[in-house]
Amino acid sequence: MIEAIRECLTQEMQEDSRVVVIGEDVGVLGGVFRATDGLQAKFGKDRVVDMPLAEGVIVGSGIGLAISGLRPVIELQFLGFGHQAFHQIGQQVARLRYRSQGRHSLPLVIRSPFGGGVRTPELHSDAFEAFYTHTPGLKVVAPATAYDAKGLLAEAMASDDPVLFLEPLKGYRLTKDEVPDERYRVPLGKLRVAQEGTDVTLIAWSAAVNVAQLAADELSAQGISVEVLDLRSLNPLDIPGIKESVSKTGRVAILHEAPLTGGFGSELVATIQQECFYDLQCPIIRISSPDTPYPLGGVEDLYIPDVDRVVSEVGALARTSA
Amino acid sequence: MLVRAWNSAEMSISRFLPDFAPIAPFSRLSESGILDSGSAPMSDAAVIEALRYMVLTRVFDDKATSMQRQGRFGTFSSVRGQEASVVGAASALDPKRDWIVPQYREFPALIRHGYPMENFALYFMGNPKGGIIPPEVNMLPMQISLAAQIPQATGLAWGLKMQGGDGVVITFFGDGASSEGDFHESLNLAGIVKAPVIFFLQNNGWAISTPRESQTAARSFAERAIGYGVEGVIVDGNDLLAVHEVTASAVAKARAGGGPTLIESVTYRTGAHNTADDPSRYIDQQELEKWQQKDPVTRIENYLRSKGIWNEELAKEMHDNCAEQVEVAMNIARNTPLATSDALFDHVYAQPPQRMLDQQVDWANRNGGAT
Repeated sequence: MIEAIRECLTQEMQEDSRVVVIGEDVGVLGGVFRATDGLQAKFGKDRVVDMPLAEGVIVGSGIGLAISGLRPVIELQFLGFGHQAFHQIGQQVARLRYRSQGRHSLPLVIRSPFGGGVRTPELHSDAFEAFYTHTPGLKVVAPATAYDAKGLLAEAMASDDPVLFLEPLKGYRLTKDEVPDERYRVPLGKLRVAQEGTDVTLIAWSAAVNVAQLAADELSAQGISVEVLDLRSLNPLDIPGIKESVSKTGRVAILHEAPLTGGFGSELVATIQQECFYDLQCPIIRISSPDTPYPLGGVEDLYIPDVDRVVSEVGALARTSA
Repeated sequence: MLVRAWNSAEMSISRFLPDFAPIAPFSRLSESGILDSGSAPMSDAAVIEALRYMVLTRVFDDKATSMQRQGRFGTFSSVRGQEASVVGAASALDPKRDWIVPQYREFPALIRHGYPMENFALYFMGNPKGGIIPPEVNMLPMQISLAAQIPQATGLAWGLKMQGGDGVVITFFGDGASSEGDFHESLNLAGIVKAPVIFFLQNNGWAISTPRESQTAARSFAERAIGYGVEGVIVDGNDLLAVHEVTASAVAKARAGGGPTLIESVTYRTGAHNTADDPSRYIDQQELEKWQQKDPVTRIENYLRSKGIWNEELAKEMHDNCAEQVEVAMNIARNTPLATSDALFDHVYAQPPQRMLDQQVDWANRNGGAT
């Protein structure tokens, strides 16, 4: 997946001289995950800029760059560090277009790896997507495949709205799928049916999609047919796509890496019960991390929902009588 | 022992910092308005034009404050006492190519730059239409979240420079806002990328009720620039000519590629923080009176009088013109229809999510008919 992101950045920078990349260690090093590897050599130090270590001014100056006529792509090294920039993202980026009554659109993308599973040091891995979906004015995208990472990033970079582009820490190297060489875009707000099924709808995004698919394979051997939905973007949200699946299965499980309370799963439960109440055969379940801080790497496998847990909980859901 | 060494006088900070005396602010006019022996940095016509913005501000502030007391205007911060500081800075800018990234106490700078006065009034009347910035006016919306505008100004200046433009950005903030991380992060970045930005810090003595001494132990705000490799200047903020001169030189430097400047404009908020504030609870009456004696409008009028080009008749004519201009703007604002529920939704996104569009229709239906 990391190659797909890099290819997208390279192609879009080639195509549009207004695109600049700023962030910590994005230059010679190519980013701590190498998403920007080689970009500075290709496009120069003016377009790929190593920023001082201060997330607030990295995002805040990105706002100014966008107003000046550029199209910045900002790398936040880890979403856990997004707290240091939260006032600029939540209060400034998301609202400037509204506050200026349309005068200043912000065509900027904030890319950030999020979620866990790769044994980072403390305070790096966090799945705080719900902070940002609760921020009107900001679009939130979270691809699960390399194909989508390239196409959705291109779409995000073409958008005149600010986009938080969440990349799965665990999927950077693990996720491998076919990616066309040419430029293409994947629209925001259209979910992907990762696997078709008839008994249960299992909704996930980002790294959790892979877990959902592995669980679906095991459940299939038990005779349970699981439809896996990859949301791709959380705002905009593909409500018709969710309805279509739920009307077919009548049973829903939501899987996310984030803690339970107030997670984006809560929003989905509320939406589905309102839109699909009479299709539901049993209560919706959420499979998530506990309501505790993201732990040290040695115990993160106990924290993030794994395939066994999904198999067990979705299996039980499929067997719940209507 | 190591601990003793750290606590000892030999390790005191004076070993690392030069122990320089407080710097006297740069000034050109005496308190009675007499110019020093040098040549004037502004033409007489430019001074009279600047005075007009200062008087306009005072008239607007009085009108808005009186309307607020009658419930016809929202909570609002007047410029009182700081007119020379704001106008002196603004008068060094070219509205066609330079940008203002304001806080919220810079009325005359925004009006001079082209922001319609009625929009300024509408904003404080709570109408989102006040946020409309005409396409040819180079400014960002007013900023209420203190210091959050400073990184944006830095990025904007840096972006203009990257694209080969010669525009300069000025951003306004106060002594209080300079305690925020955004101020420090921005000066640091601006120094590194040599952004053509002017950090215009109005040290008006107060952050609501918190005195300047509670914001920093530094002897001046300007000297903080040193730590970021940026030039810092202190200017008498009640001296129109001095503020203009210092800002014009910072603008020229930035335009020529010389990078950022931090200007500390030493002035005093002789009014309240805003219309909801009661400064009698905390302000020292004697100090206030001392600063009222240094009124910036009187001072520049005295300068013009000393040149024999100002009198009561001209002053009255200017005041009446300004009052008329304010009346027109306030009437336009008053007669602007109240916003409909669409004002909650319009302009949030360039391409709105369907869910928000559905809500927009629901809100309109609930509030008297679909759009």
